[in-house]
Amino acid sequence: MSRKLRNRFLLIGGVTVIALYLLFGPFQLRDASGRITAQAIAANFALSRLEKNLAENIKLGLDLRGGSHLILQVQTDDAVRSITVGNMEKARSILQQAGIKFTNIASPELGRIEVDLEESAQIEDAKARITLDFGPGWTARNEGKRLIFEMRDEEQRDIRERATEQAMRIIEQRINAFGVAEPTIARHGPATGYQILLQLPGVDDPERVKNLIRAESRLELKLVHSGPHPSEEAARQAVGGTVPPDKEILPARERRRDPNAPPVQYYVVEKTPVITGDDLRNAQAVLSQAGGSLYEILFSLRPSGAERFYTATSANIGKNLAIILNDEIKSAPVIRDAIRDEGRIEGDFTKEEAEDLALTLRSGALPARVSYLEERTVGPSLGADSIRQGLAASIAGLAAIVIFMLFYYRLSGVNAVVGLILNLILLLAAMRIVGAVLTLPGIAGVALTIGMAVDANVLIFERIREELRNGKVPASAVALGFERAFTTIFDTNLTTIIAALFLFVFGTGPIRGFAVTLTAGLIANLFTAIFVSRALFAWVLERQGGRPAELSI
Amino acid sequence: MRELIKNPNIDWMGLKRGFIFVSLVLLVLGGVSALVRGFNLGIDFAGGTLVNVKFKDTPPSEDRLRQALGRQGIDPSKIIIQPISDPITGVKNEVLIRLPQREPGQKAGSSGESELDVEKRAILEALSTFNPPSEVATKVDLNMISRDRLRDILLAEDPLRLVSSSGRAAAELEYTRYAEAIIQFRDRDQGGLVRDLADLRAIPGVPTPLLQWLPQRFFAGAAAMISAEIVGPQIGQELRQRAISVTLASLVGMLIYIAFRFEWVYGVAAVVAVFHDVLITLGIFSLVQKEISLNVVAALLTLVGYSVNDTIVIFDRIRENVRLRRREGLVKIINDSINQTLSRTILTSGLTLLAVLSLYLFGGEVLSGFSLALLVGIIVGTYSSFAIASPIMLWWQMWQSQRQARRPVVRPKAAEATPPGRKERRVTASR
Repeated sequence: MSRKLRNRFLLIGGVTVIALYLLFGPFQLRDASGRITAQAIAANFALSRLEKNLAENIKLGLDLRGGSHLILQVQTDDAVRSITVGNMEKARSILQQAGIKFTNIASPELGRIEVDLEESAQIEDAKARITLDFGPGWTARNEGKRLIFEMRDEEQRDIRERATEQAMRIIEQRINAFGVAEPTIARHGPATGYQILLQLPGVDDPERVKNLIRAESRLELKLVHSGPHPSEEAARQAVGGTVPPDKEILPARERRRDPNAPPVQYYVVEKTPVITGDDLRNAQAVLSQAGGSLYEILFSLRPSGAERFYTATSANIGKNLAIILNDEIKSAPVIRDAIRDEGRIEGDFTKEEAEDLALTLRSGALPARVSYLEERTVGPSLGADSIRQGLAASIAGLAAIVIFMLFYYRLSGVNAVVGLILNLILLLAAMRIVGAVLTLPGIAGVALTIGMAVDANVLIFERIREELRNGKVPASAVALGFERAFTTIFDTNLTTIIAALFLFVFGTGPIRGFAVTLTAGLIANLFTAIFVSRALFAWVLERQGGRPAELSI
Repeated sequence: MRELIKNPNIDWMGLKRGFIFVSLVLLVLGGVSALVRGFNLGIDFAGGTLVNVKFKDTPPSEDRLRQALGRQGIDPSKIIIQPISDPITGVKNEVLIRLPQREPGQKAGSSGESELDVEKRAILEALSTFNPPSEVATKVDLNMISRDRLRDILLAEDPLRLVSSSGRAAAELEYTRYAEAIIQFRDRDQGGLVRDLADLRAIPGVPTPLLQWLPQRFFAGAAAMISAEIVGPQIGQELRQRAISVTLASLVGMLIYIAFRFEWVYGVAAVVAVFHDVLITLGIFSLVQKEISLNVVAALLTLVGYSVNDTIVIFDRIRENVRLRRREGLVKIINDSINQTLSRTILTSGLTLLAVLSLYLFGGEVLSGFSLALLVGIIVGTYSSFAIASPIMLWWQMWQSQRQARRPVVRPKAAEATPPGRKERRVTASR
């Protein structure tokens, strides 16, 4: 074998071995005692072991392994609306504080606030004060005695975006707490659609997941008995070693001015909350009264809670009040005055933090409600059926093609079949490398790839035959056949890859799986049809002395 | 050398009017059907609920199913019931039940979260009426239960007294394991439903007393829901638009690529041919009222890539022959090119068709639309590469050379259309 040819075969062999290892690995060379033994190496090739490894290496899509697929719509209008309403309330209090009289203040639509002043002389003053507070996200203009504030589009988009991201984070936390293996939580659809895709392998009861997501988070305001303590133990010591039945210890992860304080501190709080989230009417982020760029949260209460809150705060001035979200203390401000229906949560919040907290206070945990757009559940038995059918179809297709190629092209047909099988191995290995999942349409993609892979061979073989017919000797017919067929094969594969790219952009889940499989197969095809097949031909020609009179094709 | 066709010598371009006529007939038929009957859009695009139910034995008759669903307040005329059989074993014990999207008026605005799956629940309710009422009243259907619910029931009833003996946390862990094993047995070993609780006698890893206790609390119902898909109206709307725009975008992608690799003329001709293939395939879907699902659109997009292949192979040959044989007329060159590549065209299309045919026959219900689209598309795509793409190319070139002939430029007299060589390209570009 010539050196050039040997190098080619070494490359092909190397690629094949790597691909096979990617599919059937990892192999263990050592036995239980850590020695490298022949038995330990041989054990790698046990069929059950290979099967197990293959199953781990090629990940199956939801449609094949069973699971739930949900598409959620975040109702981002909720977030925009609450910011609008919040700002409207802020505008009201700004005007009241400044003593500017107004006849009406209203928000006729999302992101729009209208203020009707009594006197037009104060309009610039009012505009300046409110604009200062609203920040650059709003535009202001006046029509006579009416001031109109409108949220800029970018600001609206920001708010919606943030609400969606936040919802995604919260859902992710909850799903992870639920213990689903390998969940997918991703944005879905167009960027302005605010949709979330949730894929949960093995979950056969989407109802449970939906309940989990729907669950409101609990806001509770409880009086602090003592704290903060650096540890739970220290907190327990503060109440004499055992926690009395009417108290409890809760962790706090609030931002503090002191960077040296431990990340988690503990408070002993009363078990009965003064008020809960149900008593809350509204909450919004406002610029801190202390000045600077810090924010705090202004909240207001429903009448029912207001009475209780007043009684509790007036009796406990100077003490701390813990603001607890899902059993975690968010902040524990000091009660300065008796509060009836309005209060502040002070702390060094940035604008973002304050707004996020205000949002969660308003709506439980999710910044906006979610609705479900799509729900698909595939049971594992259907998945197993699909695998069986998909495999049967692929094998039948492959068998038909192999038989035909061997019959029609005889020995050269063997060449094509070797290329085909190598193509399949490379395709699967490529999927492993990019971490693509195999879906049912993906299996169809494999079957289709077989058809397309054979196209390259047919193109080359027909071309070689043509050259033979034109009187060329086998060696130059092969060379010309490959040379002339190359651009065609390249162009046809590339156009299909282009189509597959669009498919990838279009689809989700199973269809993306198909696009990836198809692309991987076509790229592998370029290698097998052109490089491998050619090396095989060269080898056959060389064995016959380089200048055989005939070629089995 | 085995050969399919020996030295074909067919005057393809002489048949071009016939080809165009056939295509026009197909396009008009499909177009009329699409206008009159429309498309049978699957739930991916139309929205709705699609449930795959597997029965222990032969499913109840369509009428009985319809009645049972009707009693749950579902309009019986809107229910689509399709029995399906396993393509390999031929067993017919599965049924697809499809319900349309609810009327907008029936949807309660704010509580949209729980609204999506009302139909699914109604179907579950309806299916339970096929079980003996005495069982339904007192026991739980093991074939309809999820792993989590089974675990919860086991934990609540505690048949093995694990909670009292080893504490709640340990008991929960154990019961989770048992529930998992029982459901695995049902789904993997029994194919999704247990025929008889007596079959549960031996499941590895589950204590026998627990298996013996199960019949006190559970029964094996007549049916199991092995998949459920619910698509809301908004998704369908979005998908429809995206399907169309992505298909068009991929056509533009093809056009640009081929124009870049060949010339604009080739690109336009190839893309018109592919567009023709997609339209005819869609038309046939409308004619036979086959459901158009997401997978069908995937197949159409694949088709865009695949169908262009045949055209490229022929165009490649045309380009090569144009370079080699400048003297000859374009008609002859095109005919020869098609003839030279004919056996390849038939072979590859035939072989790919074989692969797709086996998908259609053995691939099961989920892939049937997908493989039908490819089946039709490959046939039409092969046909259009010589029947549509090549004539368009020819016409374009003839039209171009006529335009140039009218211009006062001294050119060698050509009996037929001038082959598009570098020379002509330069002329076109300078215009």
